[in-house]
Amino acid sequence: MKNNLLLGEQRGALTLDSHAARGNEKISLLLGGLALLATLTSTVQAETVFVSLEKDNALAIVDPVAGTLLKTVPIGQRPRGLALSNDNKFLFVATSDDNTIKMLDAETLKELAKLPSGKDPETFALSPAGDRLYVSNEDDSLVTVIDLTTKKVIQEIKVGVEPEGITVSPDNQWLISASETTNMVHWIDTKTNAIVENTLVDPRPRAVNFTADSQQLWVTSEMAGTVMVLDVKTKQPIKTIKLEVEGVTFDKIQPVGVVIDKDRKHSYVALGPANRVAVINAQTYEIEKVLLVGQRVWNLAFSPDQKRLYTTNGTSNDISIIDLESQTVTKSVGVGTYPWGVAVKP
Amino acid sequence: MRPIKLFIILLVLMQGFNVAEAKTKPKAITPVKQQAVTSPATPAKQIINIAYLSKEQAVPPALSNLDPFIQNKGLLGSELAISDNNTTGQFTGQEFELSKFIVPIDGNVEEVFNKDIAGKFSMVVSMLSAETLNKLADSAAGKSVLWFDAATSDDVLRAEQCRANVLHLLPSRAMRADALAQYMMKKHWTKWFLVVGTTPEDKLFADAIKRAAHRFGSKIIAEKVWEHTYDARRTAQSDVAVFSRVDDYDVLVVSDEQGLFGEYLDYRTESPRPVIGTQGLIATAWHRTHEQWGAVQIQNRFKEQAQRWMEEQDYAAYLAVRAIGEAATRTKSNELTAIKDYMLSPAFALQGYKGNPLSFRPWDGQMRQPVLLAAPRSLVAVAPIEGFLHSKTELDTLGVDEPETMCHYGKNNEK
Repeated sequence: MKNNLLLGEQRGALTLDSHAARGNEKISLLLGGLALLATLTSTVQAETVFVSLEKDNALAIVDPVAGTLLKTVPIGQRPRGLALSNDNKFLFVATSDDNTIKMLDAETLKELAKLPSGKDPETFALSPAGDRLYVSNEDDSLVTVIDLTTKKVIQEIKVGVEPEGITVSPDNQWLISASETTNMVHWIDTKTNAIVENTLVDPRPRAVNFTADSQQLWVTSEMAGTVMVLDVKTKQPIKTIKLEVEGVTFDKIQPVGVVIDKDRKHSYVALGPANRVAVINAQTYEIEKVLLVGQRVWNLAFSPDQKRLYTTNGTSNDISIIDLESQTVTKSVGVGTYPWGVAVKP
Repeated sequence: MRPIKLFIILLVLMQGFNVAEAKTKPKAITPVKQQAVTSPATPAKQIINIAYLSKEQAVPPALSNLDPFIQNKGLLGSELAISDNNTTGQFTGQEFELSKFIVPIDGNVEEVFNKDIAGKFSMVVSMLSAETLNKLADSAAGKSVLWFDAATSDDVLRAEQCRANVLHLLPSRAMRADALAQYMMKKHWTKWFLVVGTTPEDKLFADAIKRAAHRFGSKIIAEKVWEHTYDARRTAQSDVAVFSRVDDYDVLVVSDEQGLFGEYLDYRTESPRPVIGTQGLIATAWHRTHEQWGAVQIQNRFKEQAQRWMEEQDYAAYLAVRAIGEAATRTKSNELTAIKDYMLSPAFALQGYKGNPLSFRPWDGQMRQPVLLAAPRSLVAVAPIEGFLHSKTELDTLGVDEPETMCHYGKNNEK
C-alpha cells in the first residue's frame, strides 16, 4: 500500500515537472555552477559515474565507492542518452532540446564538438572502435550514421516507426535498431549500413544489448513486460522471459534497460514503474531475484569490474548502487531531477 | 496538400455523388535497398482492407469561437495509423489500405454501407452515432463485419445494447466519471454539486457521475439543471452566483457535453470551488497537454500531418487501425477470424502512448485504457489514480468490470 501511494506521487510529479522545468533552468544552471565551484578541489576518484539529468539540463558526477554526489555540471538542454568511448577518452551526451549530441573530453568535460545528430536525439550507440556514432531519430523513423573523424553524417537509414533502442555488437558486425511502434529489431550490416533482416518482437521494444560474445541479443519489450533473447545466427527468439513480480500487477512491469555480464551468468533488467531490477540467470533464463530500487528505473550500467550495477531512477531523482556479489542494493544517491542515462569511467 | 484533397472530395460530392471514396496509398516509403537484395523474389504483398465510415456533422452552436469546428474528426487519426501500419508492413510483406466513406449530411449511411462496404470489407472504423452503428451492426450484411466504434462513449452500447461484433475505442462515460471520481477522492473532495444541462447526453453523463459517486462513496449535496432561458437580465456574471448558492460543497461537477454553458461556471460561482466534469478539469482519452510515455512523438507526427492538435476521436480511430495492424502483423493474416481472435486474446497488447498496454475487455468490447484528466493547459493526472487497486489490472477500476457487466452477447445478439 505504501508503495502504491508513493507511486501516486510519482505520477503527479511526472506531469507537474514537465511544466515547471523550463522556469527552473536558470536556477539549476546557477546551482550547478555553484556546485562545480564548491567541489573543484575534491580529489578525482578511481571510478566515476556520470548521470544525465533530463530536467536539470546537467550532468551529475558521483563517487560510487563513497556513495556521494561530487558535483553537478551544466551540460545543455534536456540531456538523455549518455555513453563513453571504449578507450574512456570521450563522453557523448544527447542534449535532446539542443538537437545535438555533444562530444566531451571525459577528463575535463570540455566540449570538443557538437555532432549533427538530427532532431531531438535520445538514444545512440558507438562503434567498438569509436569511429562511428549511430543515432535513433524517433520522429523521422531514421538511424543517422555519423563519422566521428569528420564529425559528418555519412548515411541515414530508414527504419520502422519510432526507433529507440540501438546498439552495436562487440564484434562490430551488427548495428541493431529497435522500433517502438513497428515492434521490430532491424539488423543492419555495419559494413554496408543496410538492413539485412528484421525480427518481430513483443510490443514496444525499448532497449537492446548484446552478450559480450556477440552471440545473443537481448531485447526488452515495455508493453508486454518481457525480455526476449535472440540468437544472432538465426535472428530468431530462443527464449521469451515474462517478467513477473509478486504483488505487482502486470501492467506496472515495463522493462527498459538490460545488461548482461561478460561471462553471461546473469542479466539485469530495469522494470520501470515497477521500481525493481530483475536478476536473471542468463544460462537458464530463470528470474533469480528481484531487487527494489528507486522509482521508474530505466537505465543500467556496470562498474568496470562488474562488481556493481548502477541504476537511474527517473522519478525518485536518485541512482541505486547494487552490489552484485551479494545481489543487494547497498546505497541510493540523490543526484538531481530525472536521472536518465548512466556511464561509468574507470 | 490536405485542404486540396478535401476540396476535391467536396467537389465530387457537389456533383451529385452520395459518397466520396478515396483510397489512401501508404505514404511514400523508400523500400530498404538491402532487403530486396537478400530476398530477391519479393512475394506478393498481403493486403489488409479497412473501411472508414462517417457522416458529416452540422456545425453545432458553440459558446465561443476560440476553438474552430473540426469536420471529420477521426479521419486523420486513421490515416496516421495506416501510415504507421505500412511502415511495419514494408518489413513484413503486408499492405494496409484504408477506404474512406464520408456520407454527406443529407446522405443515407445505410445505403452507402450496403452499396459500397457490404461484402467488400470485413473491418470498418465507425464514426457513427450509437443508433446508426447498432442498426448497421445488426443488419444482414453488417453482422459479418467487425465494427470499430471510434465515436461513441455510450454506456448502453457496452451494456444492454452491446454487440459481439462491435469494439469500442473511446472510454465510456462510466470510465470518464470514475476517473474524475478517483481523482476527487484522492483530493478528499467528497461533497459534489452536480450541474446538468438539458440534452439527453448531459443526462447520461450525469448518470455516470452519480454511479461514480455511489461507487467511491461521495455525496452529491445538490443537483441543478441549467435551463437555457433567454431572459435579457440573465448574464453569466449575475446568474451563476445565484445559481450556485447551495449548501457547502467541495467541487462543482458539470455535465455539458456540447459545451453550451459549462465554461460560464468557473470563477463565477458564489463559493470559490473548482469546476470538473465536461469543462474545467475534464476526463478524456487524449489531450494536447499529454506528453509522457512517448506521446510527444505521436503528437508531433499527427501535427505535422494534420496541422492541428489530435482530438480524442482521432486517437480512437488511430487505435482502431493500429489494433488491426498489430493483430494482422502478429497473426500474419488478413482474415477477420484470426485477427479478431488475436485481438481478444490475452496476448494482445497495444501501445497507446499512455503508459499501460491497451487491450479489449472481452465482456463488452471496451478498450481498457488510462483516462487523462486535463485542464486546458496542464495535464493534471492520469487515471487509474494510484491507490485504487484491482486484482487483475488497475485499468479495470475504471468503468464497468466483468462481474457487474450488463452485456451478455449471446442474448443480445439473438434478437
